Amino acid sequence: MKLIIAIIKPFKLEEVKTALAEIGVEGMTVTEVKGFGRQKGHTEIYRGSEYTVDFLPKVKIEIGVADDAVAKAVAAIVKSAKTGKIGDGKVFVVPVEDVVRIRTDERGESAL
Amino acid sequence: MHTPQRLLRTALFACLACYLSLTAVAQTPAPAAPAAPTTDERIAALEAYVNNGDPGKSLTGVPGPGHNAWMMTSTALVLFMTLPGLALFYGGLVRRKNVLSVLAQCLGITGLVTILWWAFGYSLVFGSNFNSPYFGGSEYFFLKDVTSAPNTNYAYWVSQNVFSMYQLMFAIITPALIVGAIAERMKFTAIMAFVTVWMFVVYFPLAHMVWGSSGLMNGVWNGDARIPAIDFAGGTVVHMSSGWSALILCLILGPRVGFGKEKMAPHNMVLCMVGTGMLWVGWYGFNAGSAVAADGVAANAFTTTTLATAVAAFTWGAIEKIFRGHASILGFCSGAVAGLVVITPACGFVNSTGAVIIGVFAAVVPYLACTKLKAKFGYDDALDTFGVHAIGGTLGALLTGILVAGSVNGNLTGAPAVKNGLAKLVTDGGLWVAQLKAIGITLVLAVVATTLIAYLVKATIKLRPTEEVERQGLDTNEHGEEGYAS
Repeated sequence: MKLIIAIIKPFKLEEVKTALAEIGVEGMTVTEVKGFGRQKGHTEIYRGSEYTVDFLPKVKIEIGVADDAVAKAVAAIVKSAKTGKIGDGKVFVVPVEDVVRIRTDERGESAL
Repeated sequence: MHTPQRLLRTALFACLACYLSLTAVAQTPAPAAPAAPTTDERIAALEAYVNNGDPGKSLTGVPGPGHNAWMMTSTALVLFMTLPGLALFYGGLVRRKNVLSVLAQCLGITGLVTILWWAFGYSLVFGSNFNSPYFGGSEYFFLKDVTSAPNTNYAYWVSQNVFSMYQLMFAIITPALIVGAIAERMKFTAIMAFVTVWMFVVYFPLAHMVWGSSGLMNGVWNGDARIPAIDFAGGTVVHMSSGWSALILCLILGPRVGFGKEKMAPHNMVLCMVGTGMLWVGWYGFNAGSAVAADGVAANAFTTTTLATAVAAFTWGAIEKIFRGHASILGFCSGAVAGLVVITPACGFVNSTGAVIIGVFAAVVPYLACTKLKAKFGYDDALDTFGVHAIGGTLGALLTGILVAGSVNGNLTGAPAVKNGLAKLVTDGGLWVAQLKAIGITLVLAVVATTLIAYLVKATIKLRPTEEVERQGLDTNEHGEEGYAS
């Protein structure tokens, strides 16, 4: 099992969600986050005062998937979140030791 | 079932009525009937009502319904400029930890100045028994004898109590404007103390000098005015006085902790825009209401106010778009307020062409003051009270002298104006010299008085909260509340 963490541009969330649903991913956790990478921030000017805003709004998606579905899920995210411009985000894949479905006590891949 | 009771009640009322009518007859001998006004005099009084003139024999001491209605509306509009217009305009521009402090300062000033105005202020500005060019009189202290009858020194058809409340709203918004320069770093008590003294030393005398019937610079109404200057709705009295005082106070106070190093961006531009819209709407009461009548002069002021404001808002946004790439909300809002400020002294004295010219200047000059001048000297005029109100008010006072159009306002060539020389300056040119004198007096009074008062408050109760309080924000420390529950 793997946990896929994807940081994407906020306006791409709907497309990514649709693409993941099409390949059978049944749930996800979404958080509004702020951060920066190579895109860096932007400048805001209020009359004479100029401020650099380092952290830009992004959306973080977390999904747990079975090992054989990881490649397809990552490909779906990358394809649907891509604009080709700087700031598209990143996808992290990390191993998962165990999963428990709280309602039924199921464990492992059957709990996904 | 109720009949006996009703009968009894009717009988009682009848007895009472008989008694009252008998005593009335007994106690008041029929007065000698005054000569009834002739039909011609009655018609003349009605014409005077329509023309906003002297009613003569008939209708004296009676407010005219239309004029009175407009002035009550205008009074409410000018209050609306401060509460909540200015409070939201400024409140949106500060950081979220200080939003309530700005609202509290506006509310506090509204209450405080109302008390001062009731007790002494109105009389010191609009009384007359001192016969002085600098102060009014003592006859209206505690609003004594300020009734619904008009004070014909100022208006033939507006109740004096309405007139006094209308002028009160100007006295409220003027010190409230200063809040912008010293936002986020002055103790509430220090602001109240400063404003109390400032009203007596700066506002009351200045308002009398410009608008009082024996005022030093009241070119339109005082035939003996030594400086025949004009200021329709308060370019000098309101905007210059508050703006220049704001600069001095912010210099003495010093910059906010972290100024120039930390981000101090506005916390809510939406509130700022909402406040700006309220200011613009309320300003119709401020400018068109300053005719103190629902007459043609008010109509002209209404029109020029609209034109100058819209032109200035659009121009400021356009300057930003061309030179910086973005037309910002704050840019449009700043332009609108600057347009309103600069047209204020001129609105009842210039025509529509003059108003459009003023709109362009109102955007360009305060824009440069807020961006270039402030950056060059590095003072922390937090919300640009100096850049918009002092620079704008001064510019407006000067442009009024250049763009004045005698045709839009008969008072520019009325009897007092002929006597003190204003009429000649309007027709032959050269009014701007008198305007420069008025600017000089206002500037010196505001700067000198503010310096003294600020050091006085600093020496007695201190101007600033501790650095810790300032870092945490004034809302929780000074007012015990948070603007946004987290």
